[in-house]
Amino acid sequence: MVVASTSPPDTPSPAGGEPGRERESWRTRLARWDLKGTPYLLILPFFAVFLGFGLFPLLYTGWVSLHDWHVVLGDQGFVGFGNFTRLLADPNFWNALFNTLSIFVISTVPQLLAALGLAALLDRRLRGRTFWRAGVLLPNVVSVVAVALVFAQLFGRDYGVINHVLGWVGIEPINWRSGTWASHLAISVMVMWRWTGYNALIYLAAMQSVPRELYEQAEIDGASRWRTFWAITVPSIRPTIIFTVLVSTIYGLQLFAEPQLFDPKGTAGVGGNSREFQTVTMYLYEEGVRLGDAGYGSTIAWALFLIVLVFAVFNYRLSRRIASKD
Amino acid sequence: MSTMTPTPPVRRARPRPGDSRRRSGRPGLLVYGVLSAVAVASIFPLYWSFVVASRDNSAVAQAAPPMLPGGNLLANISRVFDTVDFWLAIQNSLIVATTVAASNVFLSALAGFAFARLRFPGSRWLFVLVVGTMMVPTQLGIIPLYMLMSELGWYGRLEAVIVPALVSAFGVFWMRQACEETVPYELIEAARVDGCSVLRTFWTVALPAVRPQAAVLAMLTFMTAWNDFFWPLVVLDPNESPTVQIVLSNLASGYFTDYSLMLTGATLGVLPVVVLFILLARYIVGGVMQGAVKG
Repeated sequence: MVVASTSPPDTPSPAGGEPGRERESWRTRLARWDLKGTPYLLILPFFAVFLGFGLFPLLYTGWVSLHDWHVVLGDQGFVGFGNFTRLLADPNFWNALFNTLSIFVISTVPQLLAALGLAALLDRRLRGRTFWRAGVLLPNVVSVVAVALVFAQLFGRDYGVINHVLGWVGIEPINWRSGTWASHLAISVMVMWRWTGYNALIYLAAMQSVPRELYEQAEIDGASRWRTFWAITVPSIRPTIIFTVLVSTIYGLQLFAEPQLFDPKGTAGVGGNSREFQTVTMYLYEEGVRLGDAGYGSTIAWALFLIVLVFAVFNYRLSRRIASKD
Repeated sequence: MSTMTPTPPVRRARPRPGDSRRRSGRPGLLVYGVLSAVAVASIFPLYWSFVVASRDNSAVAQAAPPMLPGGNLLANISRVFDTVDFWLAIQNSLIVATTVAASNVFLSALAGFAFARLRFPGSRWLFVLVVGTMMVPTQLGIIPLYMLMSELGWYGRLEAVIVPALVSAFGVFWMRQACEETVPYELIEAARVDGCSVLRTFWTVALPAVRPQAAVLAMLTFMTAWNDFFWPLVVLDPNESPTVQIVLSNLASGYFTDYSLMLTGATLGVLPVVVLFILLARYIVGGVMQGAVKG
């Protein structure tokens, strides 16, 4: 549409015309070039940044993973799939993978279900709507580092508030940093605290565009609120559910800051004394950055990439099936 | 103020107050009770952080944890500043977050305008590509990126954190949406007829029109950049060029755990963002919901 209206007045420009005419034809050409070329110029910065600092490193990771490559010493020679063989036989990697999946499942499933329920509540005609919405979103704007520091105290063994409260109902103090399940649960709570409200708002946004007639119809048919929710609301916001499942998968499997900072040894930690809560990304950081083994670190990165991909596809299928009920 | 509202699509779909339907009837006490519990759970860790920050360490090690603030806040704050270079960290974080927010808004607006209002071969395809990049876990390229930064001589320098974040797919997506909603074709055509170049049209017509959405994007980007942890941890030198998040994580890595020091730092570190959030909650909530619903 823009194109049609923008060619300047028609000016046939015979060679050797007056200077005025020549300038006009130059202008015409400039305007045409402007219209054709400038759009590409406008989107160039995004693609330049993405290619340079997003895609290139990701692909280059593959190349580095085929080498014995030290961060300081540089390329020490091609080793083919040597790093991958090492990875498959590395108990620390499998441990990290187990931890990652465990924390991912414990945190994501209840989180998304809670978010759905919370969204359904927020979808009612509430007084002080903004207050409730802001209240549930607040944890999401707090930095993950601060969250980890606060929860590190709350989950303290001796003086932690959570053990104190559990004491009221007669539960013995739990050492949240030493047991596998205890630490996974504690870290999952941090993740849930930070993301449940965010997901709830995303669901809420989707719920509000569900045609109200559908609800009226259900009401006439005498459906209960519970049934209406599962038979109408959930299937109607299917694309959004799939979206949140995908995003949670991609980010959940790359979990780093919460477990890293949950370790009392701080940024040098490996996730507890016996790696009880070391995730794959933490292991990547340990090998690739802290120990400087870029080749092996890149191998871990590629393995994680494949795992994320597999899980994303799997979860996409799964959530499609679940959400398309009826 | 109301001109700032990004008019969440939500409003339009809401039933009018006059509608009388059982479903849309006023929710009962139970609903408010559950929501209050959620709100308390949302706020409690932050409140707790403040309580510990305002007391000394002995208070934390009591049989029953204290639930009210004490009078030790200033002493703890000065301890934080003595232990770590918090001023430098704040300064660095401000530089990073401000630059990233400004450039994200500008570069995203450029691209968003092009995708929304200019016709050029391949635009549809290229936009799909932009959205697709959101699904690429770029965090996994961290090691080559780190090597690249060393190669460029940017290790330990703020450029290493700023440049990769100059523009994001989300921003482009966001500003395209904004342009489609608020920049009419007629205005652009009028500008073209008046002889404006594409860039001038962008600058004089499109950019002023999308100011509200640009403001929301700026806030969201500022918060993200301020809170970023993993990449600054990898590429910045914690002793030379810390950000607030790096300094906070260092507070936690001492040999003994000084909780009131840690949580004073945490309180100081989240304060700017929480204040920003409370002041602009409406727009941020609207922004999150709007960005989501159109995905």
